[in-house]
Amino acid sequence: MWQVTKQDLMDLAVGAAFLGTGGGGDPYVGRLMVQAAMDEGKTVTILDPTEVPDDVLVIPTAMMGAPTVLVEKIPSGEEAVASLRRLEKYLGKKAYATMPIECGGINSTIPLLVGAMTGLPVVDADGMGRAFPELHMETFSVLGVRGTPMVVTNEYGDCAIIEARDDKFMEWISRGVTIRMGGAAYIAEYAMSGADVKRTAVPNTISLGIRIGRCLREAKTNHENPIDALLKMLPQTLYSYGRVIWRGKVVDVQRETKMGWVLGNAKIEGFDGWKGVMEIQVQNENLIARVDGKVRAIVPDLICIMEAETAEPITTEYLRYGQRVVVVSVAVPPIMRTPKALEVFGPKGFQIDEPYTPIEQLA
Amino acid sequence: MRIGIDVGGTNTDAVLMNGLDVLGWRKTPTTPDVGAGVVSVLRDLLSETKVSAAEVRAVMIGTTHFTNAIVERRRLVEVAAVRLGLPATRSLPPLSDWPDDLATAVGKHRYLLRGGNEFDGREIAPLDELGLREVAREIKRKKILAAAVSSVFSPVTADMELRAAEILAEEVPDLRISLSHQIGRVGFLERENATVMNACLVHLAAAVVSSFRRALAELKITAPFFISQNDGTLMSPQHVERYPVLTFASGPTNSMRGAALLAGLKEAMVVDIGGTTSDVGMLLRGFPREAALSVDIGGARTNFRMPDVLAIGLGGGSLVRDDGARIGPDSVGYELTSKALVFGGNELTTTDIVVAAGLEDIGDKSRVNHLMASTIKAALATMHRMVDTAVDRMKTSALPLPVILVGGGAILVSEKLPSSSEIVRPKHSSVANAIGAAIAQVGGEVDRIFAVEGTTRDAVMDIAKTEACERAVAAGASRSTVNIVDVEDVPLAYLPGNATRIRVKAVGDLLME
Repeated sequence: MWQVTKQDLMDLAVGAAFLGTGGGGDPYVGRLMVQAAMDEGKTVTILDPTEVPDDVLVIPTAMMGAPTVLVEKIPSGEEAVASLRRLEKYLGKKAYATMPIECGGINSTIPLLVGAMTGLPVVDADGMGRAFPELHMETFSVLGVRGTPMVVTNEYGDCAIIEARDDKFMEWISRGVTIRMGGAAYIAEYAMSGADVKRTAVPNTISLGIRIGRCLREAKTNHENPIDALLKMLPQTLYSYGRVIWRGKVVDVQRETKMGWVLGNAKIEGFDGWKGVMEIQVQNENLIARVDGKVRAIVPDLICIMEAETAEPITTEYLRYGQRVVVVSVAVPPIMRTPKALEVFGPKGFQIDEPYTPIEQLA
Repeated sequence: MRIGIDVGGTNTDAVLMNGLDVLGWRKTPTTPDVGAGVVSVLRDLLSETKVSAAEVRAVMIGTTHFTNAIVERRRLVEVAAVRLGLPATRSLPPLSDWPDDLATAVGKHRYLLRGGNEFDGREIAPLDELGLREVAREIKRKKILAAAVSSVFSPVTADMELRAAEILAEEVPDLRISLSHQIGRVGFLERENATVMNACLVHLAAAVVSSFRRALAELKITAPFFISQNDGTLMSPQHVERYPVLTFASGPTNSMRGAALLAGLKEAMVVDIGGTTSDVGMLLRGFPREAALSVDIGGARTNFRMPDVLAIGLGGGSLVRDDGARIGPDSVGYELTSKALVFGGNELTTTDIVVAAGLEDIGDKSRVNHLMASTIKAALATMHRMVDTAVDRMKTSALPLPVILVGGGAILVSEKLPSSSEIVRPKHSSVANAIGAAIAQVGGEVDRIFAVEGTTRDAVMDIAKTEACERAVAAGASRSTVNIVDVEDVPLAYLPGNATRIRVKAVGDLLME
C-alpha cells in the first residue's frame, strides 16, 4: 500500500501515453483533476492486488467516448464516483476499492480521481494492460468476469444501468448512451471479487506506468539514453521483454475516421542501419508493424512510436511527416496472450489476417 | 503606399512599400515609450524616401508588446474569469495549472455558472442569467475592470457567450469583456486560459493603440493603421483593443510572410538564421503552417493558432567543437563581435568557419589561417546537415521545396541542401518582419465541430466556407479578393455518428478607400 505523489502523476501521464500505444486519449485533463483533488488535501492510496482480500467487491471505473469531447467538456469530477455508487446500490454491496479497466491513456487517471474523491484505495492492476478501443477487450471478460451490470453517468448524475447478453453488446449499447450524454461519459463496470481481481487482472500496471515515466525522466536528467534505460528497466516488470524494432523518419501518414475509429497507416523510412520502410497500421492504437510485408510486431504486444531525441511517446493524432522516431515493441504479460485472449484482442479482434507471433520470436 | 512597422524587443524596423516593391527601410532601437520609437523611425523613413505623409495609404504594425507583458507579468489588470458549463467542468476551475504569480496577477476571481453546450449544439444547461447578474454585481463591488467569458463548446455555438456579454454589459457598462469563441478553438482549458490572458491585457492594449495613434498623428499620417495578428492577417485598432492576445507570435509569422514576398514564393521552407538559433518553418499558400500542439505562454497552456516553427541550436555565433563534428547549441550570441576569432576573441564560431573557408570576408581573416582544412570541411558539413535535417523535419512530404534563407546567419549556408529544390536569398531580408506586416491581408476563420448526421459533409463544408468568407469581409477584406486558403476536416475519434471538426480560413486584400 502506498500513496501517489504529484511527481508520480507527472510520470504516470508519460508512462500512460507509452502504454496507450498511440491511442487512449491525452492524460493531461485527468492528471490535472487528480492533482486538483490532491491540492485540496485528498490522497490517493494504491493497493497491490495481493493486498486485496478475496471476498471484497472491487468496482473498476473509467471514461468512455471521445477524448476530444473530454478536453472541451471538462467533467464535474463526480461522474465516475456516481457510477460506482450507483453500481454499489444495484449490487447491494459496498466497494472495497476501485481499479482501472485500461492503463493506457486518460483512463489510467480516472480511478485515481475516484480514489481521491471517495477515499477508496485503487488496485494497482487493469484489464487491458495497455489501451484498446472497446470495452469488451478486457482480460476480465476473457477470463469470465462479466462487464455488466454496468453504469454510465453524465455530469448531472443521469445514469443508465446496462444489462446485456454479452460484453460486446454492452459496449455497443453503452456507446450509444455515451453519444446521448454528449460524447463522453463515465462508467463503472466489471464489478468483481478480490479473488477475481487476482485471477483476471493484469497486475501492477499503474505502477508500471509511473515507472516508465520516471525511468524516461531520470534518464534524461542523467544524460543517459532514455530508450536504453527503459529497455533495461522493463525486465524487472511483468512486461519482461522489449526492444527497438525500428529507427527512422516518418515519410507518410494516412488517416481517416470511420465509425468513430481512426484508421491509419504510417510509413517510417529506416536510418542508422535500419534499411527499408516500416509500415504501421493503426486503429486508434498501433496494431501491426511490417517491413516489406513481413510482420515485425503485432497486437496485443505493444508497438510504441517515440520521438527519437526526447523519447516522448507520440500519439496517432500527432504523428506526421518528418518526425525522427524510434519504434519500441514490448511483450505483454502471458495473461494477455492466451488463445482466448487473442480471440478478443489479438489480430483477429481487429480483423487482421495474420497469426499472432510473440515479439520475442520475431526477428 | 503602405508602411510596415515591426516593434521588436530590440529594434523597431520600418519599411515603405509601393504595392509589392520595397521603396526604403530603416532600423532604430526600440524605445521604452513605443510611440517615440515609431515616430523616430517613420520620420527617418519618410525623409529618406522623400514621401509625404499624405501619400501613405495604410500603416501596418507588428508588435511583441503583449506577449512580453504576459511573460513579464507587467501592466496586467485583474480579471473576472466567468465560466459557463455547470454542472460539467466543476473539477477544474479557471486558472487551474497556471503559475501562481500569473494567477495572482490576474486576481483569481473565478465564477462558475450553469450553461454551455454539447458538441452537437444541444445545451448542457440553460444560461443562468440570474446568477450572472449576481456575478456582475460582485464585479462592480470589487471594481474589476475586465471579464473573460468562456462557455463549453462555444466554438460550436457562441450564443451563450454573446448573451452573457449582453447581461454583463447591462449591469457593468464599463466592463471590458473578452469572449472565448473569438479567441481560441476546441480545447476548453486552453481556450479559457487564452481568454483570461486577453482580458488582463485590454488596458495595456488601449494604451498601446493610443500611443501608435498619437505617433502617426504627430507625423500627420492620416491613413488608417492596423496591427498584425499571429495568422498573418490584420486587425483594426478597435479589434486589437478588444483582442490583444491575437497578436501573440505575429513576429515569426510576419518574418516568414515577408520572406515569401521577397522571394516571390508561396510554397517554400523558410530558414531564419540568427546568432544563436535558426527558426525553420513552412509556407503553404503564402501562410505559415500552424502548430497542432498547445502552446505555453508565460507558463500557462493555450491553444492559439501559432506558426509551427522548429528552433535548432545553430546560428552565426554557435560554438564549433570536436574538429567541426559538433556545433552549438551554445553560442557567443550578441557578443559575436568581440568573442569570435575573426573579431579578436578566443572562441571558434560558425562565422569563423565561413571566413576561413573563404566564403565571406568578415573581420580579421588572418586570425583563422591556422584552422585545419579538415576542421573547416567537417564544420561546414555539420552546419549544412543541421539545416537540412531541420528543413526536412518541417516539411509535410518528401517533395523537395525551395528554401528561403533570411537573417544575419544566412551566410552559414553556401551549398545545396538535399531536402531543397533551390536556395533563395532575398534582398532586404533583415527587415522581412516589417515587410510581412506591410503586406498582411485580412482574414476570417471558422473552427468548430459539426454534426454531419442528417446532412452531407459537402453541405456542412459549404456552410463553413461561406461563414469564413463573410468573417473576412466583416473584418475589412474587399469581397472580390477573398478566397479560401486552408481547409481541415478531422472526424472525432471514438465517436460514431459523423461528428467532424472543420476548420476553414479565408483571406482577402484590405479594402482601402
